[in-house]
Amino acid sequence: MRRFWKGSALALLSATTLFAHAASAQTLTIGLAEDPDQLDPDRARSYVGRIVFTGMCDKLVDLDDKLNIVPQLATEWSWNDDQTVLTMTLRDGVTFHDGTPFNAEAVKYNIERSLNLPGSNRRNEISAVDHVEVVDGHTVKLHLKQPFAPLLAALSDRAGMMISPKAAEEEGENFSRNPVCSGPFKFVDRVAQDKITLEKYAGYWNKDAIHLDRVIYRPIPDATVRLANLQSGQLDIIDRAATSDLKQIRDDSSLKLESAVSLGYSGITINTDHGPRADNPLGSDPRVREAFELSIDRNIINQVAYDGEFTPDNQPISTQSPFHAHSLKSPVRDVERAKALLKEAGVDRVSIDLMATNSPEVMRVAQIIQSMAGQAGFDVKVTATEFATMLDSYDRGDFQAGLLNWSGRADPDGNLYAFLTCDGTLNDGEYCNAKLDEQLNKARRTNDTAARHEAYEAAERILLTDRPIIYLYHPNWFWGLSKRVEGFKPYPDGMIRLTNVSLGS
Amino acid sequence: MFAFIFRRVLIAVPTLLLISLMVFSLQLLLPGDPALALAGEERDPAVIEAIREQYHLNDPMIVQYGHWLAGVFTGDWGISLRNQMAVTDLLLSKLPVTLELAILAMLVALAIGVTAGLVSAVKKGTRWDFGANVIALSGISIPNFWLGIMLILLVSVRWGLLPASGYTSPLESVSRNLEMMVMPALVLGTAIAAIMMRHTRSAMIQAMQADYVRTARAKGLSERVVILKHAFRNALVPVVTMGTLQFGELLSGAVLTEQVFTIPGFGKLIVDAVFNRDYAVVQGVVLFTGTVFIVMNFIADLLYFLLNPRLRT
Repeated sequence: MRRFWKGSALALLSATTLFAHAASAQTLTIGLAEDPDQLDPDRARSYVGRIVFTGMCDKLVDLDDKLNIVPQLATEWSWNDDQTVLTMTLRDGVTFHDGTPFNAEAVKYNIERSLNLPGSNRRNEISAVDHVEVVDGHTVKLHLKQPFAPLLAALSDRAGMMISPKAAEEEGENFSRNPVCSGPFKFVDRVAQDKITLEKYAGYWNKDAIHLDRVIYRPIPDATVRLANLQSGQLDIIDRAATSDLKQIRDDSSLKLESAVSLGYSGITINTDHGPRADNPLGSDPRVREAFELSIDRNIINQVAYDGEFTPDNQPISTQSPFHAHSLKSPVRDVERAKALLKEAGVDRVSIDLMATNSPEVMRVAQIIQSMAGQAGFDVKVTATEFATMLDSYDRGDFQAGLLNWSGRADPDGNLYAFLTCDGTLNDGEYCNAKLDEQLNKARRTNDTAARHEAYEAAERILLTDRPIIYLYHPNWFWGLSKRVEGFKPYPDGMIRLTNVSLGS
Repeated sequence: MFAFIFRRVLIAVPTLLLISLMVFSLQLLLPGDPALALAGEERDPAVIEAIREQYHLNDPMIVQYGHWLAGVFTGDWGISLRNQMAVTDLLLSKLPVTLELAILAMLVALAIGVTAGLVSAVKKGTRWDFGANVIALSGISIPNFWLGIMLILLVSVRWGLLPASGYTSPLESVSRNLEMMVMPALVLGTAIAAIMMRHTRSAMIQAMQADYVRTARAKGLSERVVILKHAFRNALVPVVTMGTLQFGELLSGAVLTEQVFTIPGFGKLIVDAVFNRDYAVVQGVVLFTGTVFIVMNFIADLLYFLLNPRLRT
């Protein structure tokens, strides 16, 4: 009997290894932290979906690892003098996966689809575009209603992803079941919650830089299980490795770790003016909010909750962005000063209901804040809420303060405008300061980097005084990779770009 | 017999309607707006409104339910709000996965549970009985997800014997499929084995004390025949009931086990759907698994007839 078991185990082992060799000649398998939503760039809503799009859909422009805008489907671009017309020269010889040629008409179709499709999630990002003019086959002009500097960054993301007009027309509502783009890999099939399979597109304009034959994305929500699959060889890359697992990856000789500071942030959003729940010392008095901030030590949060692997910061703009204001430093924790501020505000103890999603990591952060703020005179009650319920509470103003994450956008505008301007669509606390609006609008209307930098710094000074959101840290992206993976490059936007990636032996 | 079947089918229809109506109302009681949950990070008000329009979310509840019900009768079970796939396609793609896992887990459960229950009943009060009870108790007490993660770490990561998780269709590769199903079937199976063991044991103990067993022994039949033919056959009735109900439960999806082994079955489907407020998918899964449950109950009743001749008259 023992011999039987030993024999079967060996047979199983050799079968497994044989299979692994045959199937993974150049098949890259990536473990994602969630299952993407619909695969239509105009309708898509999830961060994780963008990772899959990156393999499948080329954009007009791309980002490099320093967040500079670089050519992809557009090879050159220029602005007119009053920055209302963006002229783009398009790459020659590009086709979509269904063979449809990519040209100026296709760009016009795509931009108009993003603007007009009912339920388009991209409309807001490029709403400054008034109309698109086809100059010739390979030149388009985007005419804007007013100058809008974040446009190029938007075109480096889903709004700039070009889908085949022919497929879009034919498939209509069902496009996302069989998406057709022009990227290095074309869609093969998708089994919901199991895998999305892409295959090398033979007609890709840059095919010499593509070394993989197949890419499989597998959603595995549990970080421990994701890592176990990487260790046992079922996965080649894992997205968002947990900070608590990093030591294990670093210590494993068959794995390597790559990381980048993300464009996103995590912060405490405070209800300053949204309904009756804003009516309390924290919501109405900036001094109380300052005291709250001073009671918190960002480094301790980072050390205790994230093993010191994230990037503590008091700004919404990532440290990786050229617009990060290095002169604005996070304050050092000062309990005495916090108490003095509360006294000045005429309150003794302040009770805060802190809403947080019911994930272990976020709850840990909330509890650390609870214990630190308690020493300075804040009675923090942590309310654990399921995500959809939490969104609803934010939307209705039914919150006092809440821990909220944002995955981040390449242009600072994407981290600021919708959250903080008086009419911002994501301004849950309904904070409103005309001076801040002025700075953020100024930054939108000029393409001059120095002028924008100045405007964002001025905006951040206002934020750091008013504190409608107390920014805590920028998460870092961590990718666990098999040593076989070559050519992988980490990007602050968290995307997995497959150009030049290959599998060694 | 036919009257019996007819009666059961007649009861099944209103039962299913009631279940679907209850689930529908319960979903609406959940806090959180599906349009908001689906609008993504950007939460663009125009997008939220478009979603409400598209999925009739602005209509009163009873109208929404009517839309859904009308769809069910015409074979259109709706579309997943999250990934735009047809609910019937989603169900059909998950069914073979869940079915296979349920069958394999049930085989494990029967093999371990019934054997252990039989042994512990026959050897009541001995070390065998004690050992089987300890195993049963640990089977019930060890959480599936923990056992699953431990197995992955040991068998896949440490020994490299089996793939850690995932699913391959048997149409693609039977051996690969079985490799991937071994651990989840074991994890699910042991938990049910424990329940089966307890039931087999008590039913067997009861049967062993019955008069007919004494008669059988008095006739001079061998102990083997007494146990297997006379006692066990009678003890099977409660075991079969339990087994069929457990199987029905397995078919509605094993949430935690599927999560740990990333098996794309019903459990994962419905959990994700609830979190995303994907009403059509929740409704579809509930209607489907509700039907399965009713069918399994029905099969259990039919098996009674087969196993116990006294019920046939």
